[in-house]
Amino acid sequence: MSDIQLATTSAPRAHAAEPEQNYLNCSRGFWSWAITLDHKRIGVMYLAGVSFAFFLGGVFALAVRTELIAPGYTIMDADTYNQMFTLHGAVMVFLFLIPSIPASFGNFVLPVMLGAKDVAFPKLNLMSFYLWVTGAVFFVATLFTSGLDTGWTFYTPYSTTTQTSVVFATMGAFILGFSSIFTGLNFIATIHMMRPPGMGWFRMPLFLWGLYATSLIQVLATPVLGITLLLLIVERLAGVGIFDPAMGGDPVLFQHFFWFYSHPAVYIMILPAMGVMSELFATFSRKHVFGYRFIAMSSVAIAVLGFLVWGHHMFVSGQSRLVGMVFSAITFSIAIPSAIKVFNWLATMYKGVIWLTTPMWYALSFLFLFGIGGLTGLFLGTMSTDVHLHDTYFVVAHFHYVMVGGTLIAFLGALHYWWPKMFGKMYNEKLGSIGAWGVFLGFNLTFFPQFVLGTRGMPRRYYNYEEWEGFESLHFWSTMGSYLLGASLMLILVYLVQSLVKGKQAPVNPWGAASLEFTTSSPPPHFNFDVTPTVGEPYDFDDLVFDEKTGGYVRQEARNS
Amino acid sequence: MIRTAMLQSLFDPSSLASSNLLGFALPAADSAADANYWFPAQASSFAADMDALWYFIYWVSVFFFIGIVAFMVLFVTRYRRTATRTQPERSASHNTALELTWSILPAFLLVAFFYWGWTSFLVIATPPRDAMEVQVGAYKWGWNFTYPSGHTDSELHVPTDREVKLIMSSADVLHSFWVPEFRTKFDVVPGRYTYLWFKPTRVGEYQLKCTEYCGTGHSAMRAKVVVHEAGGFEKWLEQAEGALLTMEPKALGELSYKKLGCAQCHSLDGTKLVGPSFKETASLWGNARGLADGSEVTVDENYLRESILEPMAKVVAGYQPQMPVIPGIREKQIAGLIEYIKSLSGPNQ
Repeated sequence: MSDIQLATTSAPRAHAAEPEQNYLNCSRGFWSWAITLDHKRIGVMYLAGVSFAFFLGGVFALAVRTELIAPGYTIMDADTYNQMFTLHGAVMVFLFLIPSIPASFGNFVLPVMLGAKDVAFPKLNLMSFYLWVTGAVFFVATLFTSGLDTGWTFYTPYSTTTQTSVVFATMGAFILGFSSIFTGLNFIATIHMMRPPGMGWFRMPLFLWGLYATSLIQVLATPVLGITLLLLIVERLAGVGIFDPAMGGDPVLFQHFFWFYSHPAVYIMILPAMGVMSELFATFSRKHVFGYRFIAMSSVAIAVLGFLVWGHHMFVSGQSRLVGMVFSAITFSIAIPSAIKVFNWLATMYKGVIWLTTPMWYALSFLFLFGIGGLTGLFLGTMSTDVHLHDTYFVVAHFHYVMVGGTLIAFLGALHYWWPKMFGKMYNEKLGSIGAWGVFLGFNLTFFPQFVLGTRGMPRRYYNYEEWEGFESLHFWSTMGSYLLGASLMLILVYLVQSLVKGKQAPVNPWGAASLEFTTSSPPPHFNFDVTPTVGEPYDFDDLVFDEKTGGYVRQEARNS
Repeated sequence: MIRTAMLQSLFDPSSLASSNLLGFALPAADSAADANYWFPAQASSFAADMDALWYFIYWVSVFFFIGIVAFMVLFVTRYRRTATRTQPERSASHNTALELTWSILPAFLLVAFFYWGWTSFLVIATPPRDAMEVQVGAYKWGWNFTYPSGHTDSELHVPTDREVKLIMSSADVLHSFWVPEFRTKFDVVPGRYTYLWFKPTRVGEYQLKCTEYCGTGHSAMRAKVVVHEAGGFEKWLEQAEGALLTMEPKALGELSYKKLGCAQCHSLDGTKLVGPSFKETASLWGNARGLADGSEVTVDENYLRESILEPMAKVVAGYQPQMPVIPGIREKQIAGLIEYIKSLSGPNQ
C-alpha cells in the first residue's frame, strides 16, 4: 500500500483500504465520466441525477404545501397550483422514484455483490443513463414552454384538450420508460449469467432478489405505458379518437392502460426498497436475516400479483362491478407477501446486536412508516370504504407513506449504508442520526393530518378549501411538517457534501456487513476486486471482528493469517 | 385569524389545548352526534355501515401497528449493542411453522374485509327501481340537476328518506360526484351515463364536491345539496319553478350567472379569466368584436344567444375554445343572461 497516502491522512485506515487507484481517480476529465462504461461511475451519475430531480420535485412540493397553508389565494393562482402539483408528481415518479434505488445503488452494488467486474451489458447501461437524461430534458422543456397541468396521471380527455405541453411531457415519460426497460434487462441478464460459482439463487443477497423482481416488472410493464403515451400523442396531434369521447374514444380505456403500468410501477419503487431493508436489518442486527426464502419468494410474489391489481384505482370510475370485485380480492392477496417481509425483519432483530447507526435509524423508520402505508392500503382495497376515500387526501397520505415512508426512506438508508463504499469517506454520524429523526418527524407531521383531512372530506388536487370546512389547522400542521422535512433533507445534503471534503477515510467494512461489496476497498478499484473474492454466505456475521487499527470489520481468519 | 393563533402557539404551547389548533374541534356544519374526529355526519343510508367497516379495519390496523412497533421498540432496547454486548445470542434463522402461521392467519381478516366491502359495495352500486330520478350534468366548472318535473337547477334538492337515483353525464372532461356526508361517490364520464344513488336520512344542507381533477376551477366545482323534511321538497320545487317563470329577466340573469357557474370564467369587473369579461362584452354592445379565426362579429342578442348554445361557434380572439354547453339551460335563462350582460355597461358600472 502506498506510503504517500498514509502520510496524507491521519485517520485510521484499513490495511486494504484505498489503493492508489480506485474507480474515482483511475482516469480523469469530463470524457472519462461522460463515456464511461464502469457501472460504478454510471451509478454515481445516476445518483447525482436522481438527487437533483428529487430536489426539483421537492421545491414543487413545498410550493404546493405553502399555497395550502390557508384558504384562498396564498402565493399563487389556481393554474399555477395545478402546474405545481402536476410537476411535483411527474418529476417525483418518473425522474426520481422509478430510477432511484435500482439505477443508482443497484447499478453500483449489483455487480460488486456478485463479485463481477461489471453488468452484463455495460454499453446498454450507459445508454439507459443517457435516455434518462434525455427524458429529463423533455420534462425541463415542459417547464420552459407552457408547463403541464394534467396531474401526473395524464387522464383523458383532460390531457387531450388542455393547452399545456402534454406532448413534451409524455415524450419524456416515454423515453424514461426505455431507460427503465434497459436497466431491467441488464440486471436480469447479469443476475442470470454472472453469478459466481458457489452463489446459487438462494445464496444471493436479498437486495439482488429485490432488484431481480423489480427488473421483471420493468421489462414487462413499461412497454404498455410507452404504447399508451404514444396513443395519447397520436390522439392529440393527429386527432385520432382513442380516448376522447368527443372523437369516439373511451376515457376509461386510458385509465386501464395507464394503471396497467402504473400500479406495477408502485412495486418498481418499493421492491428495491424492501431489498435494501433486508440488507440493513441483517447487518445492523448482526444476524442472519430471518426466513430468507420467504423474503425472496415474497418479492417474486409481489412482482407477479402486482400485475393483477390495477383495477383497484377504478372502483368508482365506471368499470364493471364484477371486475371491481376480482381486483379487490387480488389486491388483498398482495398484502400477505408485504406482511411476511415486515414480520421477518422484526424477527431478524430478535436476539441480535442492534447497532443504532444512521442507516439503521432509516430501517426502523421504514418499518414504522411502511407499516402505516401498508395498513392504510386496506381501507382502499376494501370496495365500499374506497368509495368514500377515493381521490381524497386519505389516498394522498396513503401513497406518500408508501412512496416516501417506504422508497425515499430506503433510498436514504441505502445512501448512508453505501456512501462510505461509494466515496471512501465517512460522514458525521451524529448529524446523520439528527437528519434521520428530522426526516421521520417532519414526514409524519406532514402526512398524518392528511388522513384525517381525507376522511372528513378534503378532495385531492384542490387548490382551495373553504374556511367553514374546518380544514385549516390540519393543513397548517401539514405545511409546517413539510418545512421540517425539507430542512432535514438540506441538512443531509450539507453533511454528505462536507464528508467528501473532510470526512474520515472509510474502512473496507465499516458496518460489519457480510456481502461481497464490503470485502473490497472503499472506494473499490476500477475492476471492483484486486483479488477475485470467494463467495460466502451473505448473512454470516459470526467471524467478523472489529479491527481497531482500521476502524472497520475484518474476517477472523483474515486477521489471524 | 386562526393561522396567527397557530403561529403563536409554536412559541406558547399552553395555548394549544384550549383552541382548535390540533384540529380536534369539528367543522361547524357537523355538530351532529354521529360526526366524530374522523368522519363528518352520517346523512345517508350507506353511512353507518361504511363507517362501521372503516372502524373495523381501523382497529385491526391499530392492533397490528402497535404490535409491530412494540416488538421493534422492545428488541431495540433489549438487544441494543453495548460495550459488553457485541455478539448475538443463538436463534434460528428460519422457522417454517411460525412463518406459515403469520402468513396464513392474517389472511382470514383480509377475507373478512374483502367480503364486507364487496357486499356493501353491491348495495351502493345497485340503484333501487322506484327511485326518484334526477339528471345530473357536470361541466367545467359547475353542476346542474334536472328534476322529474323538468325543472333544472344548480342546486341538488332531495326529500329525506326517499331513494334518489342520479343519471350523470359530463359535457367535457371527467368529473366525480361526492357528498362526504352521504359516503358515496362516482365518476361522471363524458360520452356515457353513469349512475349513483343514495337515500338521505338526515335533513340539512351539505356540499357536493368534484373529486376528479378537471382544471382551473376544480376546487370551486361545488354545489349545494339540500335534504328537505317531508313535504319540503315539493314546496321548494314549486317555488323554484315559479321564480323561473315570474322573475324579472335581469334578476333571473344575475341569478343564473351565479348559479350556472358563469362567474368562474367570466368576470364582471373587466378581469380577464378563462373567458372574456362580461363587462368588456357589454362595453362592445352594438360594435364589432375580433374572433380567434380572424373574422369579426357584432355584439348583440343573437351573438350572445349563439355563444351560450354553441360556445365553439364564435371564439373571441385571445381565448381558448374551452366553454362547455351548459346542459339543461332554459330560454328564459338565456334571455335573462343577455339582459344582465347588457345592463353591465350602464351608468352604474
